[in-house]
Amino acid sequence: MIETPLNAKIKGEDFTELPKDLYIPPDALEVYLEAFEGPLDLLLYLIRKHNLDILDIPMVELTRQYMVYVEKMRAIKLELAGDYLLMSAMLIEIKSRMLLPKPSEIVEDDDPRAELVRRLMEYEAIKLVAQRLDEMPKVDDGIHVASAYYQHISQVKPPEVTLDDLTEAWRNVLKRASHFKHHKVGRAELSVREHMSSILRRLKQDKLLEFSQLFDVVNEGLSKLVVCFLAILELAREGLLRLTQQAAFYPIYVQIVCDE
Amino acid sequence: MSESTSPTELKNVLEVALLTSPAPLSLDDLLRLFAGRMERATLRMLLDELQQDWSSRTMELTQVASGYRFQARAEYADYLVRLNPERQARYSRAVMETLAIIAYRQPVTRGDIEAIRGVTVNPNVMRQLQERDWVDVVGQREVPGRPSLYATTKHFLDDFNLRSLAELPPMVDFVDSADAESV
Repeated sequence: MIETPLNAKIKGEDFTELPKDLYIPPDALEVYLEAFEGPLDLLLYLIRKHNLDILDIPMVELTRQYMVYVEKMRAIKLELAGDYLLMSAMLIEIKSRMLLPKPSEIVEDDDPRAELVRRLMEYEAIKLVAQRLDEMPKVDDGIHVASAYYQHISQVKPPEVTLDDLTEAWRNVLKRASHFKHHKVGRAELSVREHMSSILRRLKQDKLLEFSQLFDVVNEGLSKLVVCFLAILELAREGLLRLTQQAAFYPIYVQIVCDE
Repeated sequence: MSESTSPTELKNVLEVALLTSPAPLSLDDLLRLFAGRMERATLRMLLDELQQDWSSRTMELTQVASGYRFQARAEYADYLVRLNPERQARYSRAVMETLAIIAYRQPVTRGDIEAIRGVTVNPNVMRQLQERDWVDVVGQREVPGRPSLYATTKHFLDDFNLRSLAELPPMVDFVDSADAESV
């Protein structure tokens, strides 16, 4: 890349020698190129390496250097992003505009490089604060936040069931039972105690049942349903089961009171 | 339960709440501890005192964007990292530069970010920043396509130990930086 003799002028002075540090071993080039975050990053690198004056960029030299890199990228078939080619076009455009003879009345701020310089300066500023942010200690990366253990005990109380809720639920059971009215001939065991045990047994198995699930409205007669209801009331009174309801008219749940 | 109102006891309540909280606690959070029986001014005063009380201890009470938290003093960080030797994976330059643009130029669109960096925004970069909860969408710019406007979150400030964006490191001018930079 340094074969052609230089013919550049920087601020009117002949520039015949490239700085030594421009040489990159060919093997390292690929790594280098991948390290650039884009065309602006590459341009900044070139400007810094050449110690070029950002406010007075020698476009011919910069464009030439930039193109050398882009050609190298192509040669080693690095995925060449369109962004790099776009920048090539922009550099060539600026260069050619600068080569055109200027009308004498042109004012200073019509410098075709102005936009490029603005972008380079803005990008450089962002690049530097990004490095600062990266170096700053962060939570879990340099900052250790106190986290003493505390057993969170939930303060949620089981909702209370009023007698009205229970009555309402009972009415529903009766209402549903009336849909399955039939006569059953036979001896019915109407022992409340027996029902209490069978309910407890069911709850031991199922842990949590909806109130209506305890009533077999399809097969049991009314009197048996009444006994079942009494058994639930009795169990609740003795504190053997717990009745809960999220809110009014929500399903009532029946749950066994555990020892623990 | 009768609640003590001695300053020491009140400070103890603040202390235990702050030490056990997984996230910074705001003044409003801390007021809730006293069920409305505390003035904001009193609370601030107690927090100042608490900060003083801990000034010679290993933890310090710091204020960040979303409130107060206790954190280990920086001088112990070198020891603490040894407990978790696997280093935090570093973010790529693309991620950090995108974060910097959003932090310093917010609210910005993808297009704004691309204009500054000169390369297209990798969707993966935005995803990483959003997953970390450092960046989120705060609206849309009313131009064709209604692109999303990105801004940094309170969580970003918390994680970087900042109370506000004004505390971000100042941007360095290009010309000044020429000496500081050593590639």
